[in-house]
Amino acid sequence: MIPASFDYERARSVEAAIRLLTERGEEAKLLAGGHSLLPLMRLRMATPGLLVDLGGIRELSYVRRSGDDLAIGALTRHCDLAANELARADSPLLAHVAGQIGDPQVRHRGTIGGSLAHGDPASDLPAACLALGASFLVAGSAGERRIPADEFFRGFLETALRPDEVLVEISVPRHAEAGWSFQKFTRRAQDWAIVGVAAVSDGSTRISLVNMGSTPLRATAAEEALAGGASAEEAAARAADGLEPPSDLNASPEYRRHLASVLTRRALEECAAVT
Amino acid sequence: MTATEAPRKGVLGQRLVRREDPELLTGEARFVADLKVSGTLHLALVRSPMAHARLASVDVSPALEVPGVVAAYSGADLEGEWAGPLPCAWPVTDDMRQPAHLPLAAREVCYVGDAVAVVVAESEYAARDGAEAVLVDYDPLPVVVDLEEAAADRALAHEELGTNTSYVWELKPDEAAVEAAFASAAHVVSGRYVQQRLIPSAMEPRGVLVVPQPFGGEFTVYSATQIPHILKVMLAVTTGISETSLRVIAPSVGGGFGSKLNVYAEEVLALTLARMLKRPVRWIETRSEATQATIQGRGQIQEIELAADERGRIQAVRVRLLADMGAYLQLVTPGVPLLGAFLYSGVYDVPAYSLSCRSVFTNLTPTDAYRGAGRPEATYAIERAVDLLARRVGVDPAEIRRRNYIRPEQFPYSSVAGLVYDSGAYEAALDKALQLAGYEELRAEQARRREAGERHQLGIGVSSYMEMCGLAPSRVLASLNYSAGGWEAATVRILPTGKVQVVTGTAPHGQGHETSWSMIAADRLGISPDDVEVLHSDTAIAPYGLDTYGSRSLSVGGVAVAIATDRVIDKARQIAAHQLEIAPEDLDYGGGEFRAKGSPERSMALGAVAFEAFTAHDLPEGLEPNLEASSHFDPPNFTFPFGTHVCVVEIDTETGGVGLASYVAVDDCGNQVNPLIVEGQVHGGITQGIAQALFEKASYDDQGNLLTSTFMDYLVPAASELPSFVTGSTVTPSPTNVLGVKGVGEAGTIGSAPAVINAVVDALSTYGVEDIEMPATPERVWRAIEQGRRP
Repeated sequence: MIPASFDYERARSVEAAIRLLTERGEEAKLLAGGHSLLPLMRLRMATPGLLVDLGGIRELSYVRRSGDDLAIGALTRHCDLAANELARADSPLLAHVAGQIGDPQVRHRGTIGGSLAHGDPASDLPAACLALGASFLVAGSAGERRIPADEFFRGFLETALRPDEVLVEISVPRHAEAGWSFQKFTRRAQDWAIVGVAAVSDGSTRISLVNMGSTPLRATAAEEALAGGASAEEAAARAADGLEPPSDLNASPEYRRHLASVLTRRALEECAAVT
Repeated sequence: MTATEAPRKGVLGQRLVRREDPELLTGEARFVADLKVSGTLHLALVRSPMAHARLASVDVSPALEVPGVVAAYSGADLEGEWAGPLPCAWPVTDDMRQPAHLPLAAREVCYVGDAVAVVVAESEYAARDGAEAVLVDYDPLPVVVDLEEAAADRALAHEELGTNTSYVWELKPDEAAVEAAFASAAHVVSGRYVQQRLIPSAMEPRGVLVVPQPFGGEFTVYSATQIPHILKVMLAVTTGISETSLRVIAPSVGGGFGSKLNVYAEEVLALTLARMLKRPVRWIETRSEATQATIQGRGQIQEIELAADERGRIQAVRVRLLADMGAYLQLVTPGVPLLGAFLYSGVYDVPAYSLSCRSVFTNLTPTDAYRGAGRPEATYAIERAVDLLARRVGVDPAEIRRRNYIRPEQFPYSSVAGLVYDSGAYEAALDKALQLAGYEELRAEQARRREAGERHQLGIGVSSYMEMCGLAPSRVLASLNYSAGGWEAATVRILPTGKVQVVTGTAPHGQGHETSWSMIAADRLGISPDDVEVLHSDTAIAPYGLDTYGSRSLSVGGVAVAIATDRVIDKARQIAAHQLEIAPEDLDYGGGEFRAKGSPERSMALGAVAFEAFTAHDLPEGLEPNLEASSHFDPPNFTFPFGTHVCVVEIDTETGGVGLASYVAVDDCGNQVNPLIVEGQVHGGITQGIAQALFEKASYDDQGNLLTSTFMDYLVPAASELPSFVTGSTVTPSPTNVLGVKGVGEAGTIGSAPAVINAVVDALSTYGVEDIEMPATPERVWRAIEQGRRP
């Protein structure tokens, strides 16, 4: 529970953070809320040479409308997103999911950018962003670029972010009129989901899954079944098709597949009830 | 004898808020890690990553290169420092096998976490960096993890012992009677239950700080311990330092649940290194270390059989236990199964009894006492088996219990296992619990949901328990081969200003003894508890004591306070009588003053008596100055609290998720000193039982690696997982002590795990389920349902 030694720099701007990342390369790590990185460091499973603390960049904490999208600053904390009136009106799914993460202490430290950049398949926000068709604005030494959520999560704890890039803004299409649902199955309220399902339905339906593979992912087989006219029950039965869910102390792959179907059916039923 | 919420005069029975809480809640309380002594050195231990291996080499020299590191030692380096091994105080049989156990392993490691080297540094960070630098070569040996494989001696946890069996202990008062009962039984039921290992998870991990006086040769040992007094004796024995040179202080201690009822390697190491290096030495356990290097609880496989007549009246109980000692015998490791061994007949009038226990070594963290220690295990087995019997006989679980309870007129009751239960009214507690739960309505709602095939099905679980508290009559401990007594000490002083000082040998670590003991003294003295201070947990202030564990503090230590208080009043009476020129027996005492019988205007306040005793200007001939008296109370018997718990679960039959819909606990702990504290103990206890039933398990892989070494993986339930508990009580005083108290520290844990699992099994009974292993995880429940759905 005592980390190895490391250097620490407090970045005053995104540019300063990018400069530090460029200088120190792979040994540098960004620190936002610290809820993924610090536990790993305390167990000495992560030993970065430099921590670049983004916590002082207050201008990266915001929720605002941007055209048809809702734009969220990467350093927005989960509790602020969950309580934000605009977020609750324009993206009730995202605000709801932010309010389901961990416990109050986690929600008061953790940030949306930190959660997405960590790319943990067991986290709630990545799946929510997949279901919402979000996109991420990232900045690096080569300038800014926008990455669709569907192309962001590449492997286990691996994202499309380059070593010198900082995630600065999350955009989600406003979906006030859409049906939506988030189903999270845990043994304790504070835990990561054993399996979670996010669904958004307006005309077409997007379904994404938490903790059903090495990345956050879409339930494409179920989505296609729905598009082809299947019932919610029939589509839900295909939620885990083609997936290789993990095995751990809480659940076997077989049980996870079962849960994915049950929770997907419930999510689709709730989507239908909302619209 | 049973009365419900009997009105009481005086302080006892009042719901006073705990005087301990303001400093705990404001952060003012000082735990070991809060104590700062300049010049302190910090320890970090190098722990084995292998469950069983020979130490080929331990090279500490790289650690000495790390900036800030002062010294580093392997187990071999320190072998000459020990005057004795780490102590086991309970050799339950004369032929018990016991492996050598030194603070640092020198030749062989026997579990993951076994310490092989220690690094001493100027900071915790440098110590940890130094520990990472130590080079250890391990030659792997065969590992034994599974309890039944250990019993079969397929691989040996300690080769030199030649077997994994530490001891076999039997309690077979009349084997022929047991066999006859089974031969003629109308119903025989049997169960095999696994008591999974649990990680105690006290809020404060362990820690120790030793401050030497290099020019006086004395050592002050601050430890997060439940047993400062026992620790002092054992430190003297293991280090060879004179007991007169040791002062042990337990500062604020953040819970223990039995895990701090021990003498640990780190305490002995810190003292030894402070002596060698002549500097203060500190070690603070990390949470991950606590999951490996602190004892674990439970770890048993139980086989229980009941023989019953046509109506389900139990004629015999037969039990076979397999108990997991872990890698070494800690302070009371071998005795834990014995604490439950007398209780497998539960609250029932059972004429024949047979129990055998085989205790075996594995290459896992040592087990030892954990909340209830043996008694939750026993209660679980009998309460699960009785539910099974109800099903065989075809009666309601409440009814089968009514048919078997020991009846109130049978007390004091001599049990078939050889105990004498002090008092009890078991059916009254059941009635009250069923009424508070709305049992009939619950059964109707359960039937309705079953009929409708609803997704969420109800399960209702009943558990009636009794336990053996008030450890313990010293002579009984002798008969069980325990190496110490079971008395408790108290001293009561009336100070010159009339304020009262109570010194106790108990060592509270969350129980609220300061509040409760002040109430006991104040109640007898007729004064405010605010005028009573309670001193404890420092061997220089409270030299005698046997500390806090096993629901003993109130029914032994609290009774000692009451007796000492009465003795002080007796002495004060002589002084007051002398001053008032009246015979002592003609004085009444109450409300803090002595009054002449018949002429109450002739009176003398306790404070005035105390001042006279202090000045000693005019005392009765031959009476010594000052108002002080002590008691060293050795209880004549155990106490036997009891109760009935009713748990209602709601099971999502699609996911297997178990929700707790409601929980009712009716506990009878005799007279209650402070019902608020009783309820707090019951709430915490229920939570720990629920934790075992539904959430917690120390999981290992087949190489003995702990898979649950963080709170991410080891699931301690939080308030969000629990219903609002409904607590009730009946009051059946113990006739064996002056307070009529019984103890309540473990009751909640003992009653709750079987209530929860009985509820889960009840909900699943329509799927043919008769058992589900703890913890009843959603996947296990889902699989049970799936199995039952198959044609």
